[in-house]
Amino acid sequence: MKLIIAIIQPYKLEAVMEELDKAEIHLKTVSHVLGCGRQKGRSEIYRGVKEAGNLLKKVRLEIAVNDNYVEATIKAITTAAKTGQVGDGKIFVLDLENCQRIRTGEKGAEAIG
Amino acid sequence: MINTGDTAWVLVSTALVLLMTAPGLMLFYGGLVRRKNVLSIMMQSLFLLCLISLQWILFGYSLSFGPDVGHFIGNLHWAMLRNVTGAPNPDYAPTIPHTLFMLFQMMFAVITPALITGAFAERMKFSGFALFSLLWAILVYDPICHWVWGAGGWIRNLGALDFAGGTVVHISSGIAALACALVLGKRKTYHNGATPPHNLVFTVIGAGLLWFGWFGFNAGSALAANELAVNAFLVTNTAAAAAALTWMAIEWRINGKPTILGAASGVVAGLVAITPASGFVSAGSAILIGITVGIACYFAVAVVKTKFGYDDSLDAFGVHGVGGTTGALLTGLFAQKIINAGGNNGLLFGNPSLLKIQFIAVAVTMAYSFTVTFILLKIVDAVVGGLRVEENDEIIGLDITQHEENAYTLID
Repeated sequence: MKLIIAIIQPYKLEAVMEELDKAEIHLKTVSHVLGCGRQKGRSEIYRGVKEAGNLLKKVRLEIAVNDNYVEATIKAITTAAKTGQVGDGKIFVLDLENCQRIRTGEKGAEAIG
Repeated sequence: MINTGDTAWVLVSTALVLLMTAPGLMLFYGGLVRRKNVLSIMMQSLFLLCLISLQWILFGYSLSFGPDVGHFIGNLHWAMLRNVTGAPNPDYAPTIPHTLFMLFQMMFAVITPALITGAFAERMKFSGFALFSLLWAILVYDPICHWVWGAGGWIRNLGALDFAGGTVVHISSGIAALACALVLGKRKTYHNGATPPHNLVFTVIGAGLLWFGWFGFNAGSALAANELAVNAFLVTNTAAAAAALTWMAIEWRINGKPTILGAASGVVAGLVAITPASGFVSAGSAILIGITVGIACYFAVAVVKTKFGYDDSLDAFGVHGVGGTTGALLTGLFAQKIINAGGNNGLLFGNPSLLKIQFIAVAVTMAYSFTVTFILLKIVDAVVGGLRVEENDEIIGLDITQHEENAYTLID
């Protein structure tokens, strides 16, 4: 089991969800996050005062999958989220020790899907 | 002869109509866009409030209401408010200062182009919007205003009835909105579906403020604190209520649940439709007008728009164009001389010719507004190098890319 964490451009969320659905990966958690990488943020001006280097809005996806779904998940995300521009984001793949479905008490691989 | 009661009421009404733009329309539209564009749509209304306030006193009022030239436009004799004084002008309002009539009309001239912004929300370049709006005010609003309300205007001479601006405000802006949606094209993320509003609470507060302000718009259009103002007040409230209930009932029936966005949309549709009729119809007729416009506007935004696939983003055409047309034509059915001796009887009260006149007024206004708007957009497109923002800027949002500000922070 792996936990896939992807940081993507907010406006790519819709496209990524569509690709994930096509790959039959339906379970995910999505949150708003702030961050910056090589884009180094964006400036804003308030009452004439410029403020540089604000953090950028990003979307974070968390998807827990069984090992045989890892490549399909990564492929779906990269296909949809890639523009070739700086700021497209990153995908982290982590080992997942365990997983339990609260409703039934199922554990491990069968609890994930 | 100045009447202090009339003057007091029109002063208050003028402020009420300002409230419709800022913050009524700002909040109504601001809630409907996505969070990255809320400042840009509010900025457009605020900008127009300032721009048209000056345009109006410089020459806009003179073009609209000044001495007639060929039944088409006013001349510039009243530019810079020359000859517009505290003395009443009997052609327009015999019991209030002429300056006050000018101010009251200014607020109408402000809100009309602001209504159009709903059609090109979330994608128009600010420079293009600014230039387009100024040209539109001069070449579309001012002439149509003169035709319908100006002394000597040809539609006024024809005998068409438009108490508070169904034709001048709502049809002219609603049809221009359709032209804008067609010329600018769809937002990148629009696929003929819904774009979820980012803050419906704003939208509901905005609808409430519009309703409140509309009493100034319609009852104030009596230009006196008299029985006609009270009738306009009554039918305005009645039509808004009837249209909102109709919209909710349709949703309840078709989608299983009534929504507050539906109710708010119904309120505005009802207010739009009663605008031309408010000085001429009874409360009973207002209920029928409300029900009819509720059905018409629901059909326009839920069925017609998705079928044809134009991106009238906040339904400026669907509500103001369709609602204004419905109201103007129904005025030709329901108008009664018993309500307003200065008006006329409609088809249902024995005078079929009024409906024909209303139809001509509507058709010509539509054709003129659509054509000139279309041409203006093409000219502005060439002058500012594209009406739309760059694709990437549209994706990031207009707040940051056009104004370098954010409405909401994520942390703190």
